[in-house]
Amino acid sequence: MFPFCFEWVWDMSHIVFMGGLWYALGIVGAGLTYCIIKAARESSDNHNDGHH
Amino acid sequence: MDSALIPEGVKRCSLGRFSVWILALTAILLWGVIAMLLCWFKGLNQTNMNDAYGFALWIWADLAVIALGGGAFFTGFLKYIVGKDELKNIINYAVIIGVICYTSALLLLAIDVGQPLRSWFIFWHANVHSMLTEVAFCLSCYLVVLIIEFLPLLFENPKLDKKPFLRHLSHNMHEIMAVFAATGAFLSFFHQGSLGGVAGVLFGRPFAFREGVFIWPWTFFLFTWSAAACGPCFTILITRLTEKVTNKKLVKDNVVDLLAKISGWMLGTYIIAKIFDTWYWAAYTLPKQGFSLIDFYSNNPFYGIWILVAEIVICGIIPAAILISSGGRKNKRLFMTAIILAVIGVCINRWVMVLQTMAAPVMTFEGWFMYYPSWQEVATTILPVAYGAIFISFAYRYLPIFPQERELNPID
Repeated sequence: MFPFCFEWVWDMSHIVFMGGLWYALGIVGAGLTYCIIKAARESSDNHNDGHH
Repeated sequence: MDSALIPEGVKRCSLGRFSVWILALTAILLWGVIAMLLCWFKGLNQTNMNDAYGFALWIWADLAVIALGGGAFFTGFLKYIVGKDELKNIINYAVIIGVICYTSALLLLAIDVGQPLRSWFIFWHANVHSMLTEVAFCLSCYLVVLIIEFLPLLFENPKLDKKPFLRHLSHNMHEIMAVFAATGAFLSFFHQGSLGGVAGVLFGRPFAFREGVFIWPWTFFLFTWSAAACGPCFTILITRLTEKVTNKKLVKDNVVDLLAKISGWMLGTYIIAKIFDTWYWAAYTLPKQGFSLIDFYSNNPFYGIWILVAEIVICGIIPAAILISSGGRKNKRLFMTAIILAVIGVCINRWVMVLQTMAAPVMTFEGWFMYYPSWQEVATTILPVAYGAIFISFAYRYLPIFPQERELNPID
């Protein structure tokens, strides 16, 4: 559920519950994105090194 | 035929023998799948659930596998946050067991909700006043974390390891695994706890209702504590079972000993808290509601005082005492007995909190409600066991799960 959904209410329950979910998903998503981008760059660097 | 996929330096059985083993397990799996499809297409009338049993065998199985899968978060917490480096030799297996337990839990829930296509409602139309919403959020997020913890191991397969991107990805994920492990521990603390909280807040069910602190009943903390204590015991049990089936030593004794010792202390402290909880419930909470302890352990064909003794004494105090003592851990027979008792103990705890809670009469004119699961419920509950065995078989054959395997089983 997002704040733009019709059921959303700006109260403590919604903020804590949904905030907790986005927080956890945010950390996991950010960590995974970092690993994927770094891996893509490293494999691309290795590939380029191979050509030189 | 599949030798290119088998990790280097380890020996595996022939593909033919492996296929026969997988086929046998698949037969059991199919039995469960048929029952699952019956429940999905014909509805929950395939079960023996009724107005008294809105929660039944599946929810017990769900809570039990989640508690047993707790070995993944607690071993990860000990390895990555506390710094018990020896546990690196068993963490892969703990994660695999965790993935199996949590996917099984979600599968059972998907059958139980009856309308799995509407599962996303819980996220989009969340009831923010329900502990079960928190459980659903944390369960699904934690399964994502477990899969992330499992991926680097999958990428270590000899074929996949040759792909530079996957090799780098695996390495990078290893580097920041502590972040994922900490997130996993945070999520596990809350969903394990909230599963206990669901029972503890049922003020209309005096068998389960407990007082507590702020919004959390004591069962919230007891569930997390017991999962952290007994989850690693399940990891050890499956490790020893795998060693028996493969006829190989896969993990050194000092690693198992360390995990068992920590589990023993966790179980010992948990059981003290559980005894206090039971005493307070019997002496103060129940009398206030007009009940006495024996009301919940008499006048019915199944739930006697034996179940309380079995949970707290036989499957609590005894295994804790064995696992805490160095002599107990060194005696192989005693050690395995303690591990099995601890696993049974947490399953009994989840059983009583789900099924005895439903069975116990609340109104003076009611009798005990007894319940027998239908074959569809039994088959779908056995389904995760077959699925887990298949998952472990493939993982053991094609992935380097046990870092000490080569050293312990050199190939001549």
